Amino acid sequence: MSVVFDILASAGLWAAILRIATPLIFGTLGALLCERAGVLNLGIEGIMTFGAMIGWLAVFHGADLWTGVLVAAISGALFGVLHSLLTVTLGLSQHVSGLGVTLFASSFSYYVFRLVVPVAGTPPTVMPFQPIDIPALSSLPFIGPAFFTQTAPTYLAIVVALIMAYIIFHTPVGLAIRMTGENPHAAEAQGVNPMKVRYGTVIVGSALMAVGGAFLTLSAFNSFFPTMVQGRGWICIALVVFASWRPGRALFGALLFAFFDAFQLRLQTVVEGVPYQIFLMTPYILSIFALALMARRARVPQALMQPYRRGER
Amino acid sequence: MTTPVLEIIGVSKRFGDTLANDGISMSLGKGEIVALLGENGAGKTTLMSILFGHYVPDDGQIRIDGEELPPGKPRAAISAGVGMVHQHFSLASNLTVLENVMTGTERLWKLWSATQAARKKLVSIAERFGLKIDPDARLGDLSVGEQQRVEILKALYNDARILILDEPTAVLTNIEAERLFATLKDMARQGLSLIFISHKLDEVMAAAHRIVVLRGGKVVAGRKASETSKAELAELMVGRRVTRPVREPSTPGAVVLEVRDLGVRIGGVERLKDVDFALREGEVLGIIGVSGNGQVPLARVLSGTLARTSGEILLYGEPVGHLSVGDVVDAGIGRVPEDRNGEGVIGEMSIWENAVLERLPAYSHNGLVDRKAGMAFAKSIIDAFDVRGGTPASGTRLLSGGNMQKLILGRNLSHRPRILIAAQPARGLDEGAVAAVHARILEARKAGTAVLLISEDLDEVISLADRIQAIVAGRLSPPLDAGRIDARRLGLMMSGDWSHAAEATHAP
Ligand SMILES: Nc1ncnc2c1ncn2[C@@H]1O[C@H](COP(=O)(O)OP(=O)(O)OP(=O)(O)O)[C@@H](O)[C@H]1O
Ligand SMILES: [Mg+2]
Repeated sequence: MSVVFDILASAGLWAAILRIATPLIFGTLGALLCERAGVLNLGIEGIMTFGAMIGWLAVFHGADLWTGVLVAAISGALFGVLHSLLTVTLGLSQHVSGLGVTLFASSFSYYVFRLVVPVAGTPPTVMPFQPIDIPALSSLPFIGPAFFTQTAPTYLAIVVALIMAYIIFHTPVGLAIRMTGENPHAAEAQGVNPMKVRYGTVIVGSALMAVGGAFLTLSAFNSFFPTMVQGRGWICIALVVFASWRPGRALFGALLFAFFDAFQLRLQTVVEGVPYQIFLMTPYILSIFALALMARRARVPQALMQPYRRGER
Repeated sequence: MTTPVLEIIGVSKRFGDTLANDGISMSLGKGEIVALLGENGAGKTTLMSILFGHYVPDDGQIRIDGEELPPGKPRAAISAGVGMVHQHFSLASNLTVLENVMTGTERLWKLWSATQAARKKLVSIAERFGLKIDPDARLGDLSVGEQQRVEILKALYNDARILILDEPTAVLTNIEAERLFATLKDMARQGLSLIFISHKLDEVMAAAHRIVVLRGGKVVAGRKASETSKAELAELMVGRRVTRPVREPSTPGAVVLEVRDLGVRIGGVERLKDVDFALREGEVLGIIGVSGNGQVPLARVLSGTLARTSGEILLYGEPVGHLSVGDVVDAGIGRVPEDRNGEGVIGEMSIWENAVLERLPAYSHNGLVDRKAGMAFAKSIIDAFDVRGGTPASGTRLLSGGNMQKLILGRNLSHRPRILIAAQPARGLDEGAVAAVHARILEARKAGTAVLLISEDLDEVISLADRIQAIVAGRLSPPLDAGRIDARRLGLMMSGDWSHAAEATHAP
């Protein structure tokens, strides 16, 4: 028991949670936005990979870090356009299109990366985001190192979650998005163009996913390797369900998952005689339980995965 | 009359081979109520969809207060003062009433929604027109009647001066329908202009000032309500005289389906309680009641899509345990579900696929579906049941509501079911189709099929049923013989007064 307590009482754990959660927050918010308008975006895994690569590449070539993030966002937006073209304009299966985007974006990232960066023993690095020092707060005992030694994108992620919650529930455009995800025909009958709404959300959502990917190469680590997203995109898709399509809960879900992950990492080092793979599995197993508990009460957007065709019944 | 608020001038619309609207012209005056009448597939919904900007017409134009409306733009129609209540509601069940009403009413990029002001406006409109509603209720929790109120409020909230209602009473109970028409008349007195579509001639005669009849996409007649009759309208609509079939007396055979003390609980709520009935070969047992009194769970239990909580079901004298849909089909039970779009057909599939779906093994060879046999079967249904607007290979989604119903009925009756469970079989059908469907049901009865007719239409039950039981709050009254039935007594039974029924009871 004291082992558990020691882990919980270390500021390092809490700092790690926020760090691990950041890409998940961006990714989950991105996927959530798309799904609120009725589009499942399984391109997430590939879009995150591409964002991680292209953001890193921009910085590697001398751009500053925020420009790197912006480049990643733009690349995500472009993949969003591709996914919308396939699913909104052509009305193709959202699953198939999303998986296609993931396969394409992942291999394309690796291709571009290899074009520019030759194979080397140790991968080249960039100077990543540094923790920002918040006067007064960062120097508090425990609280400071636990919560206020993060890099700027982490704070940005939390702010984006709050803004998105506000937009979805308190603005006309948020209502239009929700109506489109519930019943695009009704949205159309009220003068909202469901096609435009879907394009907009998929583009912005995909940009957020790519920013989540860029966090990995520009803040959490400092170099790129092709497998680095490691299924985070899929976790985000599950987190959207866990969050019942609510941004506030998505933030909480991402933090909860990060907590499991950070905790098992530390447990690995203190508990002996158990293969470390068991620990690696635990966050996923716990997530499945959490999902099973939460998802039963979730209200799925009614028009999720249904293509909208104008002028048809 | 003063200048019309709305003019439809020479509107045509073609879908593939079907000319849904063929040079239609009509007008609407201020404070006027016009009823649009026509067979299933006559093009009524299409015309109204063009008016509201859902479809772009191939030809013709719409004018409001003399000004042409740009085609294909719902937003323009809304701002010109047109409001539409759709045949299939266009509402979002996960959003609240207020959210449904507010969507699209504010500038999209405003930084906040003026929810309080909107709520105030909604409540005041609701009061002015006597459409009571809770703005914060989740739409999916409301009854159909209340949902329709929301649809109307949505239009009024957009300051509609012209209101279009596509079959507004198809899903309402009689009482709800009466209340709706009282409201509509009040609206007309307050200066609104209304067009409503209906198949029910009684309400058309009672509520409309003027009636326009469509047939095959053309206007065939326009009449003042005071200068026409139900019989004339029915004839204009169908193009020939229609008479509903009459039931011949017959002697029923053995009991094929018996239900004892049936109970169903859903989510802790008792939906059916102590339900008893016996259904015999060659008879029609009518279950009459205002919708929402347990008809849906009853039909679903007997169709194998809902498990009972208590009670016994005897099929051909044998007690049966849990009924699955497969058992039901194998036992020769045909079903006509109430929710056609949801449970009756799969819109994305073709007509022939829908026709054979229930009996795939019968239409398969070595694990492959026999497409040719399926097509032939679908063709035979289309011919025998007069399904219009589709071929075996065309999409089921494109059929008009009434024709979809004929397809379902045909699929079930073609296989000579021993038992037929028909829930609201004539809902949404035109006069001609109602007569045809009734004739089919009586034919099946004559051939020995036991028919359980679940309906809320008094005329339908009186003309088809041999015995009648009322369903009230999940309970069934004792049966009443057809000979002892009149509308007054049925009305009493539907309101839960069973004292008269009890004396007529005789166990089958
Ligand atoms: N989007 C569409 N694509 C192809 N055909 C269509 C479409 N919409 C309607 N039709 C066809 O046009 C005809 C008119 O349909 P419409 O829905 O206007 O009939 P209706 O008069 O409203 O009938 P009902 O009383 O059954 O509702 C039908 O034959 C229908 O199959
Ligand atoms: Mg119609």
